Amino acid sequence: MGIQAWTYTLVFLSFALYIGIAIRSRAKSTSDFYVAGNDVSPLANGMATAADWMSAASFISMAGLISFMGRDGSVYLLGWTGGYVLLALLLAPYLRKFGKFTVPDFVGERYYSQAARLVAVVCAIFISFTYVAGQMRGVGVVFSRFLEVDITVGVIIGMAIVFFYAVIGGMKGITYTQVAQYCVLIFAYMVPAIFISILLTGNVIPQFGFGSSLADGSGTYLLDKLDQLNRDLGFHAYTSGTKGTLDVFCITAALMVGTAGLPHVIIRFFTVRKVRDARLSAGYALLFIAILYTTAPAVAAFARTNFINTIHNTPYSEAPQWFKNWQKTGLLDWEDKNSDGVMQYFGDTGEQSASQQNEITVDRDIIVLANPEIAKLPNWVIALVAAGGLAAALSTAAGLLLVISTSISHDLLKKVLMPKITERQELLYARLAAGAAVIIAGYFGINPPGFVAQVVAFAFGLAASSFFPIIILGIFYKRMNKEGAIAGMVTGILFTASYIIYFKFINPTANNSENWLFGISPEGIGSLGMLINVTVALLVSKVTPAPPEEIQKMIEDIRIPGSASETV
Amino acid sequence: MDTSRLKAYWRMNLTYVGILLIIWFTVSYGFSILFVNQLDQVRFAGFKLGFWFAQQGSIYVFVLLIFVYVFLMNRLDRKFGVAEKQGDR
Repeated sequence: MGIQAWTYTLVFLSFALYIGIAIRSRAKSTSDFYVAGNDVSPLANGMATAADWMSAASFISMAGLISFMGRDGSVYLLGWTGGYVLLALLLAPYLRKFGKFTVPDFVGERYYSQAARLVAVVCAIFISFTYVAGQMRGVGVVFSRFLEVDITVGVIIGMAIVFFYAVIGGMKGITYTQVAQYCVLIFAYMVPAIFISILLTGNVIPQFGFGSSLADGSGTYLLDKLDQLNRDLGFHAYTSGTKGTLDVFCITAALMVGTAGLPHVIIRFFTVRKVRDARLSAGYALLFIAILYTTAPAVAAFARTNFINTIHNTPYSEAPQWFKNWQKTGLLDWEDKNSDGVMQYFGDTGEQSASQQNEITVDRDIIVLANPEIAKLPNWVIALVAAGGLAAALSTAAGLLLVISTSISHDLLKKVLMPKITERQELLYARLAAGAAVIIAGYFGINPPGFVAQVVAFAFGLAASSFFPIIILGIFYKRMNKEGAIAGMVTGILFTASYIIYFKFINPTANNSENWLFGISPEGIGSLGMLINVTVALLVSKVTPAPPEEIQKMIEDIRIPGSASETV
Repeated sequence: MDTSRLKAYWRMNLTYVGILLIIWFTVSYGFSILFVNQLDQVRFAGFKLGFWFAQQGSIYVFVLLIFVYVFLMNRLDRKFGVAEKQGDR
């Protein structure tokens, strides 16, 4: 079978599986719809969290980014896994014990304030929409490249699938489809990685192949070879960094704290039965994520080596088929500047002579998608990558849409605007909100605002500077009151948002390390925003009245797993 | 449960979390970012040590830390009798 026939088959089978699961797990109550009836096992929740978290960015873009950034790319690996330690140790068990439905729920009740709840609702919706637009776009790109349909059609198909299981099943449907999607995406990621590791280094395990010597009999280590290739062509050595240490530190911190503050991840820990299950499922989640995240840097190094070896100094007439396939998409291109008919690939740190002109432009996103083709793997493996990319994008999109829908039906309508509605009505509004959110997300997927990529920094920065500190303080500092919390959230967000807006939108030409505050890039500013949030919250709470007695009781209660009365 | 035992439970919890987070900080921010160039002088297999921590080692340690936390907290819950009962929601 050809690549396309394989892709259609695998994508169709995986979609049929998701729909089958959705029909079996329909939501019957708001508790089913919001938190899957608190009845998910730790192992299933671990897988669902992993799929929920690993988006099109993790699956498609991350290895490509690392491939071009070398050691500087570690910020993503560290940031997007280290946050789970914070989540497991500081948030998940306590929020499970609190036992409500949403993140704004916690903020609103802990700080006994509708205003705090509303600020949280706005943040949750903004963070989730920016994120979901990127997922829909990812779905469209995979469809257009592998199935050769229009991006618009691709996005609409993706919307239809998500609409089906998010609207019918709510959290319950999403959870079990995410379990299936995790299996699909991890299989799709590992198979090509293992193949390439064997081809390049003779080692079956990519994590070990990464540190092995090359299989070409030279006895040179892969990473040494790669450093050499990079330097020869005028790039910085692969295993060295170019970013400032403080900036790397801040970006990593913002990504870690942002991860722990993302509402669609936090909400997953509301779905298990007990506090101890919440702790354990955080462990499983990171284990399942780590399988992909420790493979990604290996894939990045393999792909970089293969890419340079196959492209550099190859006559265009002998260029492999995949090169021409990707040229059609405009994501990869060659311009014969010295008219010798041979492709040259150079970086800009070497001395620029007439003989050292770079002729290749390449989009980082194609690295994972084209990798199996570059390594000449069988057609079914190439098709598998398409199914995996779709699984990653759809699972994350569904989790985000649920946050949007619950924020509206539960926090905005039931808790603030229309407290008298019945549970049945609330469930109906939840479904309507989910449906509307799918359509809006699809619209952004088809007509992406030109700044989707920039806006992702926003989502993490905002999560880091708003939710994370306020939830932590709410659990670990009993004296924190509503005045402190609101002042902290508002200043944290305002600072972070204005810094990012200034450098990304108002004055993008000034976006370089000379103008940055302490040399911190907009990607890393969320960590400073978090510190500001904490400082302001602590100062304001010192000079305003302590929270009421019953709130302090509630905090004591969420700090222990069982109920205090039973444990005399 | 009387407040002194509750306080003791919470203090132990904070101690565990504190120690685990120090390890978390050391491998990620310490080994992988602040002292990465110094550690890179050490090599094992084809890796420079700092680079390995930044792209592999830290992640393994993170996973381990959560499972150690789960083990410690379950033991602590039993010791203080605050674990959830069967069927307790």
